[in-house]
Amino acid sequence: MDISIRRLRKEFDRYPALHGVSLDIASGELLALLGPSGSGKTTLLRLIAGLEFPTSGAVFFGAEDASQKSVRERNVGFVFQHYALFRHMSVADNIAFGLRVRDRATRPPEDVIRRRAAELLELVQLPQIGNRFPHQLSGGQRQRVALARALAIEPQVLLLDEPFGALDAKVRKELRRWLRELHERTGHTTVFVTHDQEEAMEMSDRVVVMGQGRIEQVGAPDEIYDRPASAFVHGFIGDSSALSVTVDRGEVFLGRRSLGPLAAGLPDGPARMLLRPHDLELTAQSAGAIAGRIAAVRRHGGARMIELEVGDKGERLEVAVPASTPICPEPVQAFRPLRWQIYPAG
Amino acid sequence: MRRNVEPVASAAPLDRPAKSGLEARDPARRRWQAPTGERPAVRRLLIAAALAFLGFVLVLPLVLVFVEALKGGVGVYLAALADPDALAAIRLTLLVSAIAVPANLVFGLCAAWAIAKFDFVGKSFLITLIDLPFSVSPVVAGLVFVLIFGSQGALGPWLSDHGIDVVFAVPGIALATIFVTFPFVARELIPLMQEQGTGDEEAAISLGASGLQAFRLVTLPNVRWALLYGVLLCNARAMGEFGAVSVVSGHIRGVTDTMPLHVEILYNEYAFPAAFAVASLLALLALATLLLKSLLEWRHGGGLKPRRGH
Repeated sequence: MDISIRRLRKEFDRYPALHGVSLDIASGELLALLGPSGSGKTTLLRLIAGLEFPTSGAVFFGAEDASQKSVRERNVGFVFQHYALFRHMSVADNIAFGLRVRDRATRPPEDVIRRRAAELLELVQLPQIGNRFPHQLSGGQRQRVALARALAIEPQVLLLDEPFGALDAKVRKELRRWLRELHERTGHTTVFVTHDQEEAMEMSDRVVVMGQGRIEQVGAPDEIYDRPASAFVHGFIGDSSALSVTVDRGEVFLGRRSLGPLAAGLPDGPARMLLRPHDLELTAQSAGAIAGRIAAVRRHGGARMIELEVGDKGERLEVAVPASTPICPEPVQAFRPLRWQIYPAG
Repeated sequence: MRRNVEPVASAAPLDRPAKSGLEARDPARRRWQAPTGERPAVRRLLIAAALAFLGFVLVLPLVLVFVEALKGGVGVYLAALADPDALAAIRLTLLVSAIAVPANLVFGLCAAWAIAKFDFVGKSFLITLIDLPFSVSPVVAGLVFVLIFGSQGALGPWLSDHGIDVVFAVPGIALATIFVTFPFVARELIPLMQEQGTGDEEAAISLGASGLQAFRLVTLPNVRWALLYGVLLCNARAMGEFGAVSVVSGHIRGVTDTMPLHVEILYNEYAFPAAFAVASLLALLALATLLLKSLLEWRHGGGLKPRRGH
């Protein structure tokens, strides 16, 4: 089931949480909504589910306008951040809930329901725990049960709100891979919300980066990382440092020094140059290089991180060099940018 | 070398002939004590004071009730309870609480549901209003109903023209009891339902449940023990209520006397054994309530959280 979101706007007490967002989600896609807290990603997910009603705009499931349908009628599988398992029901009863509450005409017979619950437990690789209660499960197990419960109603769309937010790092990593595999097997159109860029990059086909109630960029993980559409995306995804520069007829000036004609086609005036730590190279030449005073050197995994103080404003630039690189005692070093992005300031 | 300082320090306790007071104790050997703890002597004193006070104010009267009731022997005791007026009072009390408790169960559940799950204008006012019966004197509550339904009241004449008596009759007593016991169920449920939030209901509805199914299958089981707890307290108060009921009852013997009112009448007539016999029933009710309450807290403490005690 493909989903089309058209100029969706949501206000809470006149405060806009989402400013007219449009997005197309392909059938069978695994899509991540990524953003810092307050970016509107959870609001968007809840609007798709029908747990909130939009102030304006529409959500289409296929060719059908789902906007006027309640969450009950939309047939979406929603996995809540804290799972919302029914604490007084066994795991099997939790999973069977969605089938048991159907009206008599569409409800499968009890033995079919029970078999289906067992199958789903098998699918989420927890075949033995049907008789246990939610409080007897670990966080990772609860997560899987919540997913099995959502899948039980054979949803058109699977929506997950911070699916791994409440788990510890190791379990999170395992479950990520597992969910990706499960998605490949079941083929549900899946949208999940996360604030963890690593999670979004690793799992999804496409990432939607959100900031302050707007979509900043939509693209494949590589695209988002290598060609960030805005300074916000560049700053949010991966490590980066920003320098205040001036653009004059395509030439970029750091203070009064020219870095060369790096910004063809950009309007003249103040701009921000964003650089990732790995995209700089130590150089002996000063032409076109960024020179600065070494303020600190730290070891960071296999690399050595240099904090370079650049310009008279004291802006800090982070540079990663191989750990084997000897750091000259000379406090001023020059680095040549290999890759960069320049965005007009504002 | 400055080692010679050490022997002086270790010799100090030896110089003292006897360990008296705190200072004499070797600091290293003083028993470890939790930062918020107290010295054993202080602790014992506090506990003893509390127990003595409880014994004098709570246990002694309770014991005396039973002693007085059984003074004339079991025969007198049972005869006092078998008196037609006493039986009528017991019946009326049971009837009134059978009306008031279910009513407050429904009202309390509705109010708690509305407050915990929805945002609306005037919510904090509603919360304050629910506490009103706790803060207003029961006598005032009774008087209010007399003012509304009495023969001089706003609705009284019209109702009595249609053959309905409220004041000095069962409906008035039930109304006054409902008023006084209203907060118990609601106050028990609101904090719990607020803590549980709407996540479970959202999950149920996203799985296809109707609002009623979500309530019956998810909300109600989530609060069942707190609900039972509230009902228990509500019932104890409904049976024991004196002030408000006293105003609207009119003290018609065998007709509008509840147990607490009957106890007072008997007492005023110097019928002590009978008065204490009926009072002992009320005391037994209190003990049974306490027992069930402790049992609930012990078995299902988790389902009652978060607690503010009563």
